Amino acid sequence: MSPPAPVAGDSAPGPDPDPELPVWRHPEFRRGAADMADTAVGIAAWGLITGVAMANSGVALPLVVLMSLLVFAGTAQLAVLPLMSSGAPVWVMWATAACVNLRFLIFSAQWRPYWAHRPFRDRLRLAYLTADLNYVLFMRRFPEPRPAPEQWPYFWGGALTNWLSWQIPSLVGIFLADRVPLEWGIGFAGTLALLGMACSLLTDRATGIAGAVAGCAAVAAYALPLKLNILVAIAAAVAIGLLIDHSKPAARRAARPLDDAT
Amino acid sequence: MSIGLVEGVVAIVGLTVLTVVSRGFFFLSRREIPLPEGLRQALRYAPLAALAAVVAPEIVMTQGRLIDTLLDARIFAAVASAAYYFWRRGILGTIVVGMAVLLPLRLGLGW
Repeated sequence: MSPPAPVAGDSAPGPDPDPELPVWRHPEFRRGAADMADTAVGIAAWGLITGVAMANSGVALPLVVLMSLLVFAGTAQLAVLPLMSSGAPVWVMWATAACVNLRFLIFSAQWRPYWAHRPFRDRLRLAYLTADLNYVLFMRRFPEPRPAPEQWPYFWGGALTNWLSWQIPSLVGIFLADRVPLEWGIGFAGTLALLGMACSLLTDRATGIAGAVAGCAAVAAYALPLKLNILVAIAAAVAIGLLIDHSKPAARRAARPLDDAT
Repeated sequence: MSIGLVEGVVAIVGLTVLTVVSRGFFFLSRREIPLPEGLRQALRYAPLAALAAVVAPEIVMTQGRLIDTLLDARIFAAVASAAYYFWRRGILGTIVVGMAVLLPLRLGLGW
């Protein structure tokens, strides 16, 4: 399921002004690619590290290659990797990936006004390709949530650049990983990448507490079979987070008389 | 005890479907899906919780046991990484700094 080359037929029922022009000849395609190229070095480095970490995990090589090509979601791949190599059941892997992927739900709601008019086949391909950075760059280029003909080529330019600058280094990392001795602990780079992603989600005290609870619970419940410690940790952290959220309005209610007096 | 081939393919195909569905959740269907309030609230904590739950044991445990020394290269690497992240906010630098701390400690001092 590699992403199909953007051929002329792709622009079929969209509002493109010139359906004859293939997507990759459109000036916006080049612009999308150029915008994404600025961050391609970072994506490539992360892809390389993910590839090395995947190959060093002890999971069979064909599986690792398949995962890189099909799943195409670095954070989910890295999060599931320790579960795969330690024999956790498949449903725990799915539950973990689903939680890590929840941020995409938010993005997809923002994408809707731009793509809702496209045929299902197009939307399916978009759903495979839209990573975090595509979202960030696209929303910067088209802040108005209205469909426009140049959005489709712009998206493809960025998406293909992103896909290639992730997949090529990832595969290089997978196949060259055995040149790097395991005892160096290069695989730990994957953990550090996840740590960075986790830090980026720490926005206030409540998320900080929830994150700490999740980490402690995962360690404390580590002896549970089937890697259930992950699910215990998620449940504990979400519960704590919601508890904090719900105790906030009460505090505000208590403070309101003072506010009203001003 | 790594995953078998058949089970692995099942897991990966499932992960692919999961990822495509979550990336397209609100634009794959023609109908508009309202975002339930409970989900919206949990969305704030679940991704972080999943990441922290995977990361923490990788840093402070060895073969299923909590490490009993602080002289472990992973702890210093993780602290350096997190410090860099909050200073510069770049994922790539976060990884590089952490590995720059990890490798000398591990190869030089054997921590």
